[in-house]
Amino acid sequence: MAGKVATRNAYGEALVELAEKYPELMVLEADLSGATKTSSFAKAYPERFFDCGIAECNMTGIAAGMAAAGLKPFTNTFAMFATGRAYEQVRNSIAYPGLNVKVIGSHGGVSVGEDGATHQCIEDFALMRDIPGMTVLCPCDGFEMKQAVEALLNYDHPAYMRLGRAATEVFTDEIPGYQFEIGKGKCLREGSDVTIIAVGLMVYRAMKAAELLEQEGISARVINMATIKPLDEEIVLKAAKETGCIVTTEEHSVVGGLGAAVCEFLSGTYPVPVVRHGVNDEFGRSGKAEEVLKYYGLTAEGIAEKAKKAIELKK
Amino acid sequence: MEKLSEKELRLMAAKGRLLAVDAVHGAASGHPGGSLSCMDILSVLYFDEMNVDPSRPQWEDRDRFVLSKGHCAPALYSILALKGFFPVEDLKLLRSIKSHLSGHPDMVNVKGVDMSTGSLGQGLSTAVGMALAAKVQKKSYRTYAICGDGEIDEGQIWEAAMSAAKWGLDNLCAFVDVNGLQIDGKTSDVMPSEPLDKKFESFNWHVIKIDGHNYSEIKAALKEARETKGQPTMIIASTTKGKGVSFMENEAGWHGKAPDDEQFAVAKAELEAAIRELEVK
Repeated sequence: MAGKVATRNAYGEALVELAEKYPELMVLEADLSGATKTSSFAKAYPERFFDCGIAECNMTGIAAGMAAAGLKPFTNTFAMFATGRAYEQVRNSIAYPGLNVKVIGSHGGVSVGEDGATHQCIEDFALMRDIPGMTVLCPCDGFEMKQAVEALLNYDHPAYMRLGRAATEVFTDEIPGYQFEIGKGKCLREGSDVTIIAVGLMVYRAMKAAELLEQEGISARVINMATIKPLDEEIVLKAAKETGCIVTTEEHSVVGGLGAAVCEFLSGTYPVPVVRHGVNDEFGRSGKAEEVLKYYGLTAEGIAEKAKKAIELKK
Repeated sequence: MEKLSEKELRLMAAKGRLLAVDAVHGAASGHPGGSLSCMDILSVLYFDEMNVDPSRPQWEDRDRFVLSKGHCAPALYSILALKGFFPVEDLKLLRSIKSHLSGHPDMVNVKGVDMSTGSLGQGLSTAVGMALAAKVQKKSYRTYAICGDGEIDEGQIWEAAMSAAKWGLDNLCAFVDVNGLQIDGKTSDVMPSEPLDKKFESFNWHVIKIDGHNYSEIKAALKEARETKGQPTMIIASTTKGKGVSFMENEAGWHGKAPDDEQFAVAKAELEAAIRELEVK
């Protein structure tokens, strides 16, 4: 265990580490470089850093123009503004022409904490997922995040990636040969009674939930679904067939995110009970990150409870 | 590239006007008013100013153009066809399910289109991105854009304007096609934007005011833009919406409406007469 690191910090480090290898990488910012962690890149590569001020729509359009000219721009702001404020710019200026822009949304989810509902984006997966051809990522820890940044630099399509504000456990580095791949879920723990499909900081909590369930004699499989779109249908179908029920867990509204994606897929292929764990169609609130997560039940205990409900629905 | 004479540039615009109105009539939908108001500017851009090659639409060093007022696609498509990017006959199928020529400019499927546009206010930002890319890549290509005077109601235009000045994008030259009308009526009633020159000047752009149908003024402004260093240039072009078709001129109702057969016959006769006049002279 490498301790706790926020995925935004790992992202910021990755930008600097990869800058020489990928000279087309350009970093665009909307006056939040301290928070989004692009400030180190700004210092190291000022000629490739563009602070667009508090104007996310324009930043998004500038990135589209840069991509059209062959560069690899990454736009940076909070998830709320990247996918909410500039939604239509992402749709029409980037995704519709299929331009190679990476939309990075830091401060996703309620673990933003103290800033409260206005800054806690729990709709970004839904907003980005519904755009045709858009890829949607949310790595689960700092180690996977660094691999994801390089994967995005080698992926010539529009994509959105969520980063977290809060420091969270780094654990994928302890898995031998772990390698993030766009479009692939990773089975982190085998199990036969239920499958927990998790994304972002909920993955570590899902592992803890599996331990809690084990104590009760329940065998839970855990899948890290770091790519929400395109969904790894193969791993979901296998889980549905082998465990007979699914829990999805995400630091996102239960509307439109990972849970919705899994339900949409399984309902038309291999219907099994799917319990969606997330924020129940309500806004976030202020508090310390862990307190807010607890308030919404986004804990190992919360996942375990949903897992038992899913198993009950099988009967 | 062999330069066209002013008469030849006028002839291209006249042909472009007929093709655009014909295409909108054929599609029974589209935006003739604003297409006709920016046609002379487009003719000068594509046949005099810009360094483009229809045989190499993706040529890296080409000058770029963004039609920020994307609903005027019939004008852009007509000029691109006349330039040789695709057959003029394709215009007959504008907006058809069978055609590559969708209602608004589409950079993926239409050769010669440098940016997909249509949602107003977004194009100028993408032009800023292209100009910025040229600076980063140390390339000498220039980027051009045309905005509508209704379009500039959008706040994003002013975000883009601020940023272009911040980076001193002297390789960016934009127009505002000031035809004075938008869908709901006069721009001065719907959302007053004057004084436009002072607005862009205060945003640190180099501003030039011209008659957008006067060829020597368009050419002189583009030359002045090329010679301006350290600042982007905004050419505020006063134009007539529906220019060249008597019953469409200065009528907001012709913003997004296709002429019926009878109206098209009148328009066609007028536009053909304009072409003949230029061919004879």
